[in-house]
Amino acid sequence: MSDVVEKTLTALPSLLSLDSHSGSTKLSSSSKLGNLIRGITELTSKHEEEKLIQRELASIKEQVSSPNTSMRQMKELMVRAIYCEMLGYEASFSYIHAIKLAQQGTALEKRVGYLAVSLFLNESHELLLLLVNTVLKDLQSTNLIEVCMALTVVSQMFPKDMIPAILPLVEEKLTHPKEIIRRKAVLALYKFYLIAPNQVQHIHNKFRKALCDKDPGVMTASLHIYLQMIQENPEGYKDLTASFVTILKQVVAGKLPMDFNYHSVPAPWLQIQLLRILAFLGKNDQSSSEIMYDILEESLRRAEINHNITYAILYECVKCIYTIHPKSELLEKAAKCIGNFVLSTKINLKYLGLKALTYVVQQDPKLALQHQVTIIECLDHPDLIIKRETLELLFRITNAQNVAVIVEKMLEFLRGNKDDYTTIDLVGKVAELAEKYAPNNEWFIETMSTVFSVGGDTMQPDIPNSFLKLLSEGFDSVEEDRKLKLFAVDSYVSLLQGEPGKLPQRFLQVISWVLGEYSYLRGELDAATVLRLLAKLLDTKSTSSETKSWVLMAMTKVCEGGVGVSVAQEVCETYSSSLDTALRQRAQELQHLSQDRDLRAKVLPREAGSEPLEVDSSLSFLDGFVSEALAAGAAPYKPHHQRQEELAQAKALSMEPYGLPISMSSCSIADRQSPTLLSVSSGLSGDSPSLSQKGGSTTPKLDGVKRVWGRQGYLVQTEPVEESDLVEVTGPLQSPNQQAGADGPPSQTPTLKPTPQPEQEKQQLASSLFVGLGSQSSLCLMGKPEATTQRFRRKAKGPVLSSSTGEQISNSSVSASSMANNLLCNDLLDSNITSETAAPSLEQTPQLSRDLPAANGACAVESTDRDVKENSASLIGDNRLVAADPAPRGDRGKLKDFSAHLPAEFSGLCHSDISPLASNQSLDVSACHVQKEDSLVLVVFMYNSSDDAIPHILLELRSDELEVSCEGDSPVEEARSRSVAVCQYSLTVKKPSVHVEVAGTVSYQLPVGTSQSVQFSYKLPLTSFIRPLTVSTEEYGTMWLDFSHDTKQKLTPICLGQEPLMDTLNVLKKKLKLHVVEIIGMEGIVACRVLRDQPCLMHCRLHAGALSVWLRSPVPDLPDCLMYHCQRALQEH
Amino acid sequence: MIRFMLMVNRQGQTRLSRYYQPVELSRRAQLEADVVRCCLSRRKDQCSFVDYKDFKLVYRQYAALYVVVGVTDNENELSVYELLHNFVEVLDKYFSRIMFNLDRVHIILDEMIQNGHVVETNKSRVLAPLTALDKMADG
Repeated sequence: MSDVVEKTLTALPSLLSLDSHSGSTKLSSSSKLGNLIRGITELTSKHEEEKLIQRELASIKEQVSSPNTSMRQMKELMVRAIYCEMLGYEASFSYIHAIKLAQQGTALEKRVGYLAVSLFLNESHELLLLLVNTVLKDLQSTNLIEVCMALTVVSQMFPKDMIPAILPLVEEKLTHPKEIIRRKAVLALYKFYLIAPNQVQHIHNKFRKALCDKDPGVMTASLHIYLQMIQENPEGYKDLTASFVTILKQVVAGKLPMDFNYHSVPAPWLQIQLLRILAFLGKNDQSSSEIMYDILEESLRRAEINHNITYAILYECVKCIYTIHPKSELLEKAAKCIGNFVLSTKINLKYLGLKALTYVVQQDPKLALQHQVTIIECLDHPDLIIKRETLELLFRITNAQNVAVIVEKMLEFLRGNKDDYTTIDLVGKVAELAEKYAPNNEWFIETMSTVFSVGGDTMQPDIPNSFLKLLSEGFDSVEEDRKLKLFAVDSYVSLLQGEPGKLPQRFLQVISWVLGEYSYLRGELDAATVLRLLAKLLDTKSTSSETKSWVLMAMTKVCEGGVGVSVAQEVCETYSSSLDTALRQRAQELQHLSQDRDLRAKVLPREAGSEPLEVDSSLSFLDGFVSEALAAGAAPYKPHHQRQEELAQAKALSMEPYGLPISMSSCSIADRQSPTLLSVSSGLSGDSPSLSQKGGSTTPKLDGVKRVWGRQGYLVQTEPVEESDLVEVTGPLQSPNQQAGADGPPSQTPTLKPTPQPEQEKQQLASSLFVGLGSQSSLCLMGKPEATTQRFRRKAKGPVLSSSTGEQISNSSVSASSMANNLLCNDLLDSNITSETAAPSLEQTPQLSRDLPAANGACAVESTDRDVKENSASLIGDNRLVAADPAPRGDRGKLKDFSAHLPAEFSGLCHSDISPLASNQSLDVSACHVQKEDSLVLVVFMYNSSDDAIPHILLELRSDELEVSCEGDSPVEEARSRSVAVCQYSLTVKKPSVHVEVAGTVSYQLPVGTSQSVQFSYKLPLTSFIRPLTVSTEEYGTMWLDFSHDTKQKLTPICLGQEPLMDTLNVLKKKLKLHVVEIIGMEGIVACRVLRDQPCLMHCRLHAGALSVWLRSPVPDLPDCLMYHCQRALQEH
Repeated sequence: MIRFMLMVNRQGQTRLSRYYQPVELSRRAQLEADVVRCCLSRRKDQCSFVDYKDFKLVYRQYAALYVVVGVTDNENELSVYELLHNFVEVLDKYFSRIMFNLDRVHIILDEMIQNGHVVETNKSRVLAPLTALDKMADG
């Protein structure tokens, strides 16, 4: 930064701050604002400020509504109103006047009107509609300044629905002779693209024209659109790579006019924008990347001017080089360049250098070694932000050998930290590292205890969840398992003996659960002692009632023997009259179970969590119960989100106090699992150890999962390695080279010269921090080097693609019961207790699961396409779905065969049976659906059974889950006597659901004059919309990481011959039309899309006779729905 | 992307605010006070970028005046830091003749940043519409 400029600018504040309001002002009006500002500056209290502003607002209000106020005065009033709002005092009365000013003012007045509107109103404000006409008028004005203003406001905010009204005018401006108009028109289109991308789909070629505009400003403006579009779909714009490279070349070479320079650097922000675009285009694409290498090298070389802005460009350049397909020469230069950053004495550059380093070590951890001295210095930097950034960097290079040191550094930072956001973030990272790389049990438990204490109740709920899950699932060695649990018990007992009142609630819940489950492992520990410690928690004032629930549950598990029972009884007495129903229920459970040892052993078996549980997440065993309930008049189940939506729509009364007594967490799981679960799990408080996996956490949980796909997609190695090597490395512990590398002596870290004492300490720290980053890192993929001694190896549930079955995996005797399974198990058990204790008459509930096959068979309602006929028949039987009085069942036999009326174009395609839907005296309605490659067509047949022609038939279809669009002719038809009218509709999925339904109304006028209508509904399974999605393994990897909604479950594979995985996938492929991307060993990846273009990915892994299926999609609910169908498909086979 | 831009004086009074992501009016005062406290407490030799909740603040001080911008984590902080300087240079170029006023600074800012993105940095082009307006008023 040049000092000269800095100096000249010190004169600015007096100009800007308004405090020294000196000299003449051009307009008397601005002095009124000046007076106000000065008045406020002189005030001492907030109260005085409020009084002054209210007075000011009152005066503005009076003046704006006076008819004598001129536009010039109005402008001045608006500026004052803007100022008041800026200070936080609403001036809503002036909004309408701002619009009026934009409409009626001229020049600057008009501009201020527009400005006020853009400051006052948000995008969805209804008053904005009043602006449309003004914009329309100004866009057609002959005054360029007015056109300019209108375009400026449009590119800031515009009501989405009104875009079509002005779009042609804006498009027209793209060819305007003035560059500023063209530029602003492009920016307006960019805004449209942001708020309504489909509205501007047809003008993509005009964007290209803008990109090639002879004016650099217009071209620059078009880059905003391209950055956005390329980020969303890089494949669609690969052909433009060369163009962007050429533009960047010209900019770098200084071909732009001088006034684009900033401190003699040519258009720096333009360069940055282009580099971002190139990074998206070159990612995972060698040929595109090759086009860029030259210019990237040139950009690195050009950076000799020592100015902040060149470093800003360099940073972007380095990021780009490390994002695109690697070229070693270029990487080397970029790495050297990072050195200049981190070694800089300027703190801002150091910060950016650390940020860049954090980004690149994910690709190449060795780079951290080069800068270890700097990194260690930064760790002790007085500026917290530098420290924080350094921790971020260390987090990326953590491995099994340096984990203890790095975690210690992070905890040290956490203890001194006061900011909640940082705490939440760092605590999550520590937990992740601890779980992945813990060197021993003691360390792990202690670290997690610190995490729980420091993280308090703000941390992400999935941290305690996965901790408990890890404890309960266990890992490779049974003995290790026992030791870990024992250590946890010991450590928690001593914590409770201390001052448990100081511990956060979440931690207490964890402690309760662990003691409840595992305190028996410590033989010499008396159950009564544990009970007393737990009871002490109940008496502590600060304990929340949620925690008390956990404690009571734990006591129920523990209580044993005479003393135990008496402690329990005491507690029960206190809480069985509690006002909190959840607590009361827990107390009841405790009371009953503490007296009946056998019952307790049955409902709360020890180590229940580690037994493999086959959970039928569709809860089909409840189908009988459900249909009975429905028959008895119960309302059909609605998923949580649907109820919420309806509530929101109803907006009648606040329903909150009457909400279900379940915590959100268990609720969300219920949502994800099955449509019927909620009816069982209601009444449970969230004290089961496994709360929602998904709840609140925004980052995909990938712990314990092999890093086959990193942040940047499928982890292709930075250094060329042969295919076979790649596979070998992905195998968990198979690579002997890796082993050797990791075990290698720390001498791999560059040796430093002998130095004085503090330096030596640093060296020590360095060798402990950077151990394990040495030679073996060439072998590890771009992600973290996988530690050879990873302790808590979860039974992998993620997308692990290994060519061989890992030894330790086959060794593990316990099959991985997933989180959800555990929860379900616990919940079901709990619900059994509930029904037994609270309502003895409902004793059949526990039986239900045993009746599974029978119930399942009895109420198999519908599932695949082939069932559609039966399906709709059963729907007809169910009167609630057919509003119009259906013809008696016997009549159906007489119905015409409609298949002859099926449009000819569908003759070769697979269609469902034509099922009768509804009829009355004159009209029979039937329908079927036809599966086309890219669409699903619903064909509705209307048979006029009367003797008179029906002139106008109007068919209306609607659906919550589907997008219905009419194919071909208009839906109004005529049906001659004794003939059939056919309508076609194309259906696509709007909101995934296990079954989707279209409701329709046929209305028509009889010649006699009475209007008639027939209502019907047509239900079809989601499977009809599934189409294969052909992707490569790499694309799959990239997509996998991008998708945020997922679900996991274990299914029973199909065993026909030698290859159960292959057989199972073939069945799924056949029945659900999934595309099998690749099968490697015991794992397979599968992809499909749901019409239109909603992708869903599946990863399955065969292990210990079960198939762990993991589904992911960007669309909410889709994974759950698909899981349901997979399960059905396999069950039926 | 840029979330908001503030100009505040050393007393913590807001001189200008522009939000590029909706923030309720009632919550702005608190946010601005927090942001100012964050920046005012820092020394000159400290980093010009600060963590604030889930985003970053980039600030520059010109004597008694602070210009503060809230940016998302994926933004290039240094480029934003320089953008602030460019903005101040533009103000300097323009206001050497006229007294500072709120509406004009907003008009200039609107030319430079829209929807949280940098749309123009060429000084003469940034000022073109405003100078044209001034000419209209004069003429």
